[in-house]
Amino acid sequence: MATVAASPTYAGTESGEVTGLWSWLTTVDHKRIGVLYLYTSLFFFLFGGLEAVIIRAQLAGPNKTLVSAEMYNQLFTMHGTTMVFLAIMPLSAAFFNFLIPLQIGARDVAFPRLNAFSYWVYALGGLFITFPIFFSVAPDGGWFGYAPLTTRQFSQGVNIDFWVLGLQILGISSLAAAFNFITTIINLRAPGMNLMRMPMFTWMSFVVQFLIVLAFPVITIALVFLQFDRFFGTNFYEIGAGGDPLLWQHLFWIFGHPEVYILILPAFGLVSEVLPTNSKKPLFGYPVMVYSGILIGFLGFGVWAHHMFSVGMGPIADTVFGLTTLLIAIPTGVKIFNWIFTMWGGSIRFTAAMKFAIGLVALFTIGGISGVSHASPPADLQQTDTYYIVAHFHYVLFGGSIMGIFAGIYHYFPKMFGRMMNERQGTWHFWLNFIAMNLTFFPMHFSGMLGMPRRIYTYDAGQGWDTFNFISSIGAFMLVISTSIFVWNFFRSKSHGAIAPDNPWDAATLEWSIPSPPPEYNFAEIPLVESRYPLWDLTHPERTSEIPHTHEGWEEQDKAADAKAVHIEKDRRTAAELGIPMPTPTIKPLIVAAGIIIMFSGLLFIHRPSKAIAFTLIFSGAAILVGTLYAWLLTPLEPEHH
Amino acid sequence: MSASPALDHIEAGAHGHHYTTTGLDSRKIAIWAFIGSECMLFASLISTYLIYKGRSVVGPFPHEVCNPPACATTLNPILNIPVTSASTFVLLMSSLCMVLALAAVENRNLPKHTFGDRLLGSSKLWLWATCLLGAMFLGFQAYEFTSFVHEGLSIRTNLFGSSFFTLTGFHGAHVTAGVIWLGTLLAIDYKRGLEPADAINVDIAALYWHFVDVVWIAIFTLIYLIK
Repeated sequence: MATVAASPTYAGTESGEVTGLWSWLTTVDHKRIGVLYLYTSLFFFLFGGLEAVIIRAQLAGPNKTLVSAEMYNQLFTMHGTTMVFLAIMPLSAAFFNFLIPLQIGARDVAFPRLNAFSYWVYALGGLFITFPIFFSVAPDGGWFGYAPLTTRQFSQGVNIDFWVLGLQILGISSLAAAFNFITTIINLRAPGMNLMRMPMFTWMSFVVQFLIVLAFPVITIALVFLQFDRFFGTNFYEIGAGGDPLLWQHLFWIFGHPEVYILILPAFGLVSEVLPTNSKKPLFGYPVMVYSGILIGFLGFGVWAHHMFSVGMGPIADTVFGLTTLLIAIPTGVKIFNWIFTMWGGSIRFTAAMKFAIGLVALFTIGGISGVSHASPPADLQQTDTYYIVAHFHYVLFGGSIMGIFAGIYHYFPKMFGRMMNERQGTWHFWLNFIAMNLTFFPMHFSGMLGMPRRIYTYDAGQGWDTFNFISSIGAFMLVISTSIFVWNFFRSKSHGAIAPDNPWDAATLEWSIPSPPPEYNFAEIPLVESRYPLWDLTHPERTSEIPHTHEGWEEQDKAADAKAVHIEKDRRTAAELGIPMPTPTIKPLIVAAGIIIMFSGLLFIHRPSKAIAFTLIFSGAAILVGTLYAWLLTPLEPEHH
Repeated sequence: MSASPALDHIEAGAHGHHYTTTGLDSRKIAIWAFIGSECMLFASLISTYLIYKGRSVVGPFPHEVCNPPACATTLNPILNIPVTSASTFVLLMSSLCMVLALAAVENRNLPKHTFGDRLLGSSKLWLWATCLLGAMFLGFQAYEFTSFVHEGLSIRTNLFGSSFFTLTGFHGAHVTAGVIWLGTLLAIDYKRGLEPADAINVDIAALYWHFVDVVWIAIFTLIYLIK
């Protein structure tokens, strides 16, 4: 089944570079950048998982002494920070990068060099925030870093400094990418692809980019206030100076709640690609799926204080946020039903990707049910800060986001790498993962209801928590095994997997109309799109006959005089042979990213008696940043043509 | 520089620009997305200032007299409305000059018959004017900051100092970045001249500059004018 014949590689660039470290450091190709995000985020996912395994080993029984209290604080802080910012978000970004231009029929994103810049800032920022744990000075204030605990007075060391600066760096990466993808989706769609013909993954990603644009600046300011308090002695979180003890919490959660929708919507989008393909039916209720995604994004800005029900905001605030939280369950529930109705009456093909997609539908629903129970302020007063909450968010993040991302990886691996993943190993991975995930997190509903608090490094026996914790830890070790199967499958298939056809799943959208992996220019000829399921119009017209095919919204067809109808491409000629100008690879985005990291590192030394180190780093970083940025902006993207 | 190379190969309309779905240059859409994020940035800073208004434990205060024990000696309200009104006017005029600079670049190739036409049509003149007025605004800010520090208000003194200096400092940093950006455009104008094809670059700089001005109008109204 597996062949070692000439495996498809990425098409060469104009300079002839196809392989080698330099080609990866200088790439501005969205497909390569997507693969870079995938590798780096998988690494951080495993690292965050390791932190979780140590936590579960420590909590497997009462009064264990595997790690100290302080190290435990670092572990749960970094587990959360790693999984949210260095694993799930960048895993989603891997798909944004690889998939969005292909799904909308474009050759690349709007700003390819800015795209590379986003990746390098993430990679270097991830290292910045992770390496302190090897010196036992990792951030230790929780992934949400509540002030005043994280002010200089109560957290003297560099731990929180790394956290604050690291998150600022990572925020730059996400914001730059959001500007890029908003522009790409608005402006670079193939002729005929109006918004209501876009694939669901692109739609959900579009909503996510707006959430990033609006939410990240708020945490930027929250972090700026904390930075200024810690480094410059300001009073934002100083209670003695009249500072509000809730300011941090409000600012953080105004970001933090949209953030969790940033984490789940891309996975929802991937499921909306996998389910219809493997049910051989169009997505049920496409417009409603779009509107509910938009509504989730919009309402997501109105629920933040449900994270603060126990701080004493008063009955009016509690009630309002309780109501909005209940409300947001509605569009989410609608999606669940639409996925079920998509499968109903379809011809189901249980690929590994499909199993993970269905897994998300089931497990996210469980997480959603506990979530609805948190929406009631009096109920939440018992639940908050217990393991019941930990159960909820792991069901939605692991059972939701991670499952959806695995579905996406199995589904799109052939397109990305030109080879198939092993289906049997995928099945083992799925079932072990499914069982292990439930073993790990379901007991937490019970230990939480029995009062086990969050963020405790150990507990006494005899409180009714011992068995549940033990089962959770068994589940966690089982997750190590199931994840190892996946990692083995992933890397083995890259070199030994069966050569993938262009459309192994007989799917409907544009990315499947080009070779696997795609040539550097994506489409030899940009297609003219006339429906939501362009390939099924060619190959299975009976499936889409009930969906309206209109020319509505496409008035300027004369602009697309050159665009060809949707067609299958098998072309493997180079861009040069086809006369398609390609962007020039460049190291400048990486250098600018490095300049930013150097600048931020300078602040770590600002409290030394001699400011020399701090100022040297800040000014040299700024010089590198500004100088290379000028060179970048004054260099054309492509070699001169026409 | 190609506007959107990703959709090369499709012939566009009359302008000969590369094809885009909206017909707009991608950079214009990107700058608006960027401005959207900046709105949330300044909204957070302004909201914090407003939340902390009247809650400083010690003085000086923006609009109220500060008596012992909140201050060592009696201090007057520290904000100087007349002076800040002048700097606001300067910044507003700089936006006018920015509009004229953009028009000059767009209309570079139109015939100019009178001295007035040539004056209005000089992109270098209006770019200089915008830069200088922007720099003058920054001068006013520097003057205000140093005089406040002399009067006993630093970023560390109280909640008012922290929130005021952070907010206006961030705004000033944005103005500074804008002045550098415009200075770069000016340098390019000297080096090779800014042609109508460059208008998009001047346009996005102008959008940024106007945004920074609008933020200042909000700050001036909410912090200086409303007591």
